[in-house]
Amino acid sequence: MRQLFTFHGGVHPPANKTQSNRTPIMQAGIPEKLVVPLHQHAGNTAKPAVQIGERVLKGQLFGMPEGSVSSAVHAPTSGTVAAIDMQVVAHASGLPDLCVTLIPDGKDEWVPRKQTDYRTTPPAELRNLLRMAGVVGLGGAVFPSDVKLRPGAAKMKTLVINGAECEPYITCDDMLMRERADEIVRGAEMMRHMLEAEEVLIGIEDNKPEAIAAMQQAVQQCGFARMEVVTVPTVYPGGGAKQLIRVLTGIEVAAGVRSIDLGVQCFNVATAYSAHRAVEHGEPLLSRIVTITGNVAQPQNFEALIGTPISVLISKAGARPDTTAHIMGGPMMGIRLPSAEVSLTKACNCIIESSPALFPPPPPAMPCIRCVRCADVCPADLQPQDLYWFARSKNFGKAQEFHLFDCIECGACSYVCPSHIPLVQYYRFAKSEIWANEREKKAADIARERHEFHLLRQEREKQEKQAAKDKAAAAAKAKAEAKADIKPEARPAEPDQIDTLRAIVRETAHPEVVHSDAETKD
Amino acid sequence: MFIPLFTLSSSVSGIMLRVLLALLPAIAVYVWYYGPAILVSLSLASITALATEAVMLKLRNRPVAPFLGDFSALLTAWLLALSIPPLAPWWLVVVGTMFAIAIAKHLYGGLGSNPFNPAMVGYAVLIISFPATMSHWLSPLAHAQTSLSFADQLGYIFGNPLPGSTTLDAITSATPLDHLKTQLHGGVSVHDAMQSQVYGYLGGYGSEWVAAAFLLGGIYLLGSRIISWYLPVTFLVSLFATAGIFHLANPELYAAPLFHWFSGASMLAAFFILTDPVTSPTTQKGKLIFAAGAGFLTYIIRVFGGFPDGVAFATLLMNICVPLIDLYTQPKVFGQKASTSNKQERP
Amino acid sequence: MFTALIIMSLLAVLLGAVLGYSALKFKVEGNPLVDKIDAILPQTQCGQCSFPGCKPYATAIASGEAEINRCPPGGEEGIRKLAELLGRDFVPFGDDAAAQKPKSVAIIDENTCIGCTLCIQACPVDAICGAAKQMHTIIASECTGCELCLEPCPVDCISMIPIREDITTWKFRFPSAPASRRAEKDKEALTA
Ligand code: SF4
Ligand code: SF4
Ligand code: SF4
Ligand code: SF4
Repeated sequence: MRQLFTFHGGVHPPANKTQSNRTPIMQAGIPEKLVVPLHQHAGNTAKPAVQIGERVLKGQLFGMPEGSVSSAVHAPTSGTVAAIDMQVVAHASGLPDLCVTLIPDGKDEWVPRKQTDYRTTPPAELRNLLRMAGVVGLGGAVFPSDVKLRPGAAKMKTLVINGAECEPYITCDDMLMRERADEIVRGAEMMRHMLEAEEVLIGIEDNKPEAIAAMQQAVQQCGFARMEVVTVPTVYPGGGAKQLIRVLTGIEVAAGVRSIDLGVQCFNVATAYSAHRAVEHGEPLLSRIVTITGNVAQPQNFEALIGTPISVLISKAGARPDTTAHIMGGPMMGIRLPSAEVSLTKACNCIIESSPALFPPPPPAMPCIRCVRCADVCPADLQPQDLYWFARSKNFGKAQEFHLFDCIECGACSYVCPSHIPLVQYYRFAKSEIWANEREKKAADIARERHEFHLLRQEREKQEKQAAKDKAAAAAKAKAEAKADIKPEARPAEPDQIDTLRAIVRETAHPEVVHSDAETKD
Repeated sequence: MFIPLFTLSSSVSGIMLRVLLALLPAIAVYVWYYGPAILVSLSLASITALATEAVMLKLRNRPVAPFLGDFSALLTAWLLALSIPPLAPWWLVVVGTMFAIAIAKHLYGGLGSNPFNPAMVGYAVLIISFPATMSHWLSPLAHAQTSLSFADQLGYIFGNPLPGSTTLDAITSATPLDHLKTQLHGGVSVHDAMQSQVYGYLGGYGSEWVAAAFLLGGIYLLGSRIISWYLPVTFLVSLFATAGIFHLANPELYAAPLFHWFSGASMLAAFFILTDPVTSPTTQKGKLIFAAGAGFLTYIIRVFGGFPDGVAFATLLMNICVPLIDLYTQPKVFGQKASTSNKQERP
Repeated sequence: MFTALIIMSLLAVLLGAVLGYSALKFKVEGNPLVDKIDAILPQTQCGQCSFPGCKPYATAIASGEAEINRCPPGGEEGIRKLAELLGRDFVPFGDDAAAQKPKSVAIIDENTCIGCTLCIQACPVDAICGAAKQMHTIIASECTGCELCLEPCPVDCISMIPIREDITTWKFRFPSAPASRRAEKDKEALTA
């Protein structure tokens, strides 16, 4: 038996997984219309690479990755581009974002696919391939996988493959592991090869015996000696990347630290699967498995094209009239969707249909009684009651001092709070306020620097004008006293003088704003 | 939308209700040994507490129903009633409870914001203002020279004179702690003083069983995870250790540690007063410091101070330190602990 | 009695000496106060404070020549921060203060622009590019929304458009819980 580690806290909410994992993954098919957002990943929005009216093939590039952290977006099937415009997307804000609308032609005609042998391809090329295939973390954080596969400061020891799926109701990874274990394992081996990791540990919670058996069999069949399926105890949030890394290796990855610099990296099973499809089959990320559960007639998993309207999936699972809200993600960390008309994105692992009968709203929030039940279950060893106090009084500096950014928003604290305080909402509020403040500060710093440079330039121009005048005067003088042999003394501002000024400007500006954009749950 | 979609079905009222439940055995034992007078003061305190709470909530423009239903006011009332003599006149209970709820709780921001334990503030005010009235403890029924009927007790509480020839001294006596202190002042040794019928096996006759019942209730709270072991265990250990050191130094002058456990409000404090979440530290280390300090102070005030018991003042003194204790005992967060494996891995 | 007095006064003198020494020892070069104030000001450089930019206003505040409520782009939040930094009381905007506007960026109507370069000279952060007789454009990400370019334009082709919240700048709202909301209002009423 492998020695496992534990992390502080954790809760045991009712799993509610059996509703949706009894039937095999169903193909959702091609809907009448697909709306594909160009910003489905952490990092920069992809740049549109098609035109309105253009006929595209399945797998054709819709959006080109921009900047070092970005990922490509593709046409999920063949058809015609009907629009490139702002549409409401699956995001807590309910705001529109740039999307490509595709009307499928039903032929599902592929672009030519190129298969690659990862063993004979340099890692840098493979990373670019993954980036152009739009492979991102499918556990919910949608961080571009190619970025996470860049070598770190330490020698890679362990590659963790996350099949824990700790959040209640969600079963998409469970079903994927049961049905496509072989391809997950191959994807994992490819990642191990790219990172030159010593071992691969596939962590699966012990409430998924079928998935564990399937994965073990796949590892054995493929004969990967350095790969092991490890059964981990079921506890929420044991499937958080940091928590799983801790359980399997004993390493704690602090906020703002990249796990790869500690010799360990973590990918979701679905990400490993997609990476395998992308490299060895030349198929970019066009679809994903999504659990539709909660208040529907037949909760189940679908393999659906990215861009499929959520409402289509819900009606396939049997929509019910008393549904009042659509939740994307699990019951612990999910967000409420602005409507069911938004489309499926790469981040969307689960849709929970919510009704007052299924999820009765909690009683109104009471004051915090400092009972520290929240601190007892916090997997990040935080003091949620203090963070709540600071967030509520908008004392953001203090909140940061008390490690607000170590909070993984797992919701364990809200789950146990006897006062039913929506703690995580307060943390999300505080975090986004702090980010906004940082953005403003950064903008102000840039403006200050530019203004100072502007003043400097004006000053220089003035000097130059003055110098020109002097020169002209001198020239006139010289003309007048043609015979005299006087050289003009004044010159335009000395170049080194300008350099000094410029240095001063640079020193007085403060561009070092740290932005803690940590990759959280894969 | 509330996320998480579902929560554990615990609530503030559920917690408070179970604490009240855990007090019931002690109340039963109390009635068994001292008669039903305690029930009168409990009811008086409860009614006053609820009324004061409602008025204060109204004044503070807060919804009354959910807050009245959280049972926290009731708990304060019961704790206060259990700390003062049951035969005390009605106004003593009422004034103490009103002070506890209106001043100590609501003036500081109500549930969750009060820095001092309201019941102990109420007690402290009473013992400072009315020390004599606060020392008239009922004798156990078995020791009383005459026994009063319940109607007479009720009458006395509400201001009627005692019937016939009964004097107050006939039905009241000093508490064991008080008795011991007076005897020691008179030059009697602990051993000799303890021969009095006031004492039982470990603490006072009768009152030791009430303390035992508090312990029982406390164990129930521990078992049902309403409270954690940090506070009660540390408090008792600290009290035991302090008492033990003094006792070892001079057993003639200082009573045995077990006596201190089972007399006064030690058990009540350990499981019901210190464990008030609002006024105790939130960190584990902080809880240890808090309870250890309270145990030490309780002993010092009890033995060397001028008041019959030290629990209330020890609690209040430690309450003052809570924010500081919390600040200096912040635990290391995830990733900042120097775990061995981390050290090996770091380049 | 006397010893106590002597000890106390000695203590006071000693502490005073320590404080004085550290004040000298840790004195920072330059005028950090101006920089600290400047760090709070929004750097819009609009001149609505009646000073030619944020730094001059910061200097004026530091030397006590100006009140802290002169900067509309900073909003009340800005005044609050200044008050905190300077250990003063919050002062609301005066009646004569310029109205607060939503944060905006300037945009040049490309069909009307005659390429006069007047706006370029006015822009305090060099956010406008273009050459004489060429159409000009504004680099939206650098524009602070100061409106200084509006006035000089001879053909009035510059307009301000408010910045709307998008998905990347969107913020989670303060949770609305009825009980605690009221509690908060109470707190405010108490402290006000
Ligand atoms: S669980 Fe709730 S009531 Fe208890 S300390 Fe945490 S936030 Fe406060
Ligand atoms: S949401 Fe944050 S504070 Fe709450 S338990 Fe999870 S990590 Fe801790
Ligand atoms: S009013 Fe304009 S120039 Fe003055 S401080 Fe504010 S932003 Fe700067
Ligand atoms: S472009 Fe106009 S509004 Fe924008 S910063 Fe320059 S002068 Fe101000």
